[in-house]
Amino acid sequence: MVLFFLLGSLMAVAGASGVVVARKPVHGVIGMILNFLGLALLYVSLQAEFLAVVQIIVYAGAVMVLFLFVVALLTAHAKPPAMGPSPLRGQGWRAGLVAVLLLTALLPVGVVVPGRAEPWEGDFGGVVRFGQELLTTHLLAFEALALVLMVAVIGVVILVGRPPQRRRGARGEGGS
Amino acid sequence: MEAWWLLLVKSVGLVLLLFLIFAYLMLFERKFLGFFQLRHGPNRTGPWGLLQPFADAVKLVFKEDIIPASADRLIYRLAPMISLFVALAAYVVIPVAPSSGSFRWGIADPNAGLLLLLAILSLGVYGIALGGWASQGKYTLLGALRSTAQAISYELAMAMSLVGVLILAGSVRLDDIVAAQARVPFIVLQPVGALIFLICIVAETNRAPFDLPEGETELVGGYHTEYSGLRFAMYYMAEYINMIVMASLLTHLYLGGWHGPLLPPVVWFALKVAAVLFLFIWLRATLPRFRYDRLMSFGWKVLLPLAALNLLVTAAVVVLA
Repeated sequence: MVLFFLLGSLMAVAGASGVVVARKPVHGVIGMILNFLGLALLYVSLQAEFLAVVQIIVYAGAVMVLFLFVVALLTAHAKPPAMGPSPLRGQGWRAGLVAVLLLTALLPVGVVVPGRAEPWEGDFGGVVRFGQELLTTHLLAFEALALVLMVAVIGVVILVGRPPQRRRGARGEGGS
Repeated sequence: MEAWWLLLVKSVGLVLLLFLIFAYLMLFERKFLGFFQLRHGPNRTGPWGLLQPFADAVKLVFKEDIIPASADRLIYRLAPMISLFVALAAYVVIPVAPSSGSFRWGIADPNAGLLLLLAILSLGVYGIALGGWASQGKYTLLGALRSTAQAISYELAMAMSLVGVLILAGSVRLDDIVAAQARVPFIVLQPVGALIFLICIVAETNRAPFDLPEGETELVGGYHTEYSGLRFAMYYMAEYINMIVMASLLTHLYLGGWHGPLLPPVVWFALKVAAVLFLFIWLRATLPRFRYDRLMSFGWKVLLPLAALNLLVTAAVVVLA
């Protein structure tokens, strides 16, 4: 499990830095996918099997495909966009300074609270237990979320969908 | 947990076996296509053309590996590897026979078996999308976008049709699903679901009549137009190994897995998978290609609602009965 943790965190950090460093948007998308896969491994190391699988299916398998779709269409040519002089001067070292401050503030927390090294036991993250909890204890929240998502989907259809066109001549667009 | 060396041996064995099956699947496809069209098919290399796969392999290995000048070199190299890796990795969670005693046939047996398989398969899209984009050609990009759209559309209906089986079996572990079919295979209880699943896996593997991504007449070769040599072979292997994975999945989910009289379970499993693969080839020989807009509207407006209806009816029957 420690191995899973090491591998997962390495992948996640590498992916995240890839997203930041990459010049080409498509490389950024790949970094993001690597990051998500690393996160899934971290979930596995926490016994959250179901969450790990869902993480891959939903984020790596669906959301990032849409990202890639859009990015690949918009940047059909691989050249990175030309970088002019940055409108924000000296943002690099300021951000770096803040990051160093944040890390030094976080370091004592990590030292004082060492966390647990032994793995979690039990099947609380498995498919069966997860599903039972979801559909009994948290049924209301589950259904409410489903409703919210449904509303979002309907909104998208209304916003993007073409208004019903009146028939124009014989060469009107058929089907879709 | 088994010893790591045993897992290693099993993994290497599995990869070699899949490569071998891929090679001969391709030969048999060409042979059968020949017979369907009243020709001989490959028959010069070795008796009955049996050495043809090796000749093909040698040819592909020695072909020049061309990378287009404008291509994104890193991703161009990475994309076929993703495709092949995903196809091979998917077979890790598929058992081929019941485990007896201390010996297990499968490599991994996670509790979230089928979900994990779907997760792995959902990553296969990247190989296609990235390969088409990295080649930096109009045809490749269009082919990649098409086949990505097709794959994610049909994945939805496929997953939805699966849920009927999951409800009947009450588990997502493939072992349990097969065990639940000891008396009646699920194709009897879920004929609509099985049909939807079959159509979807043909579309998922980009096979005829859903082989739009490589519609030669309009898109040249689709996403792998620019690829040659071993990288092209990787895409090809990925396609055929995906076929094997999907055929095994269909066998496990609807055809009763390794259950069958007289013969040992492994043999039954292999026979059923071979029959499904033959069906794939038969479909290719028989059906003409779909038009792209028809394909999409068929997936979204027919298959998906039908799968949802199938799921509703199954759930209602299970609860009421």
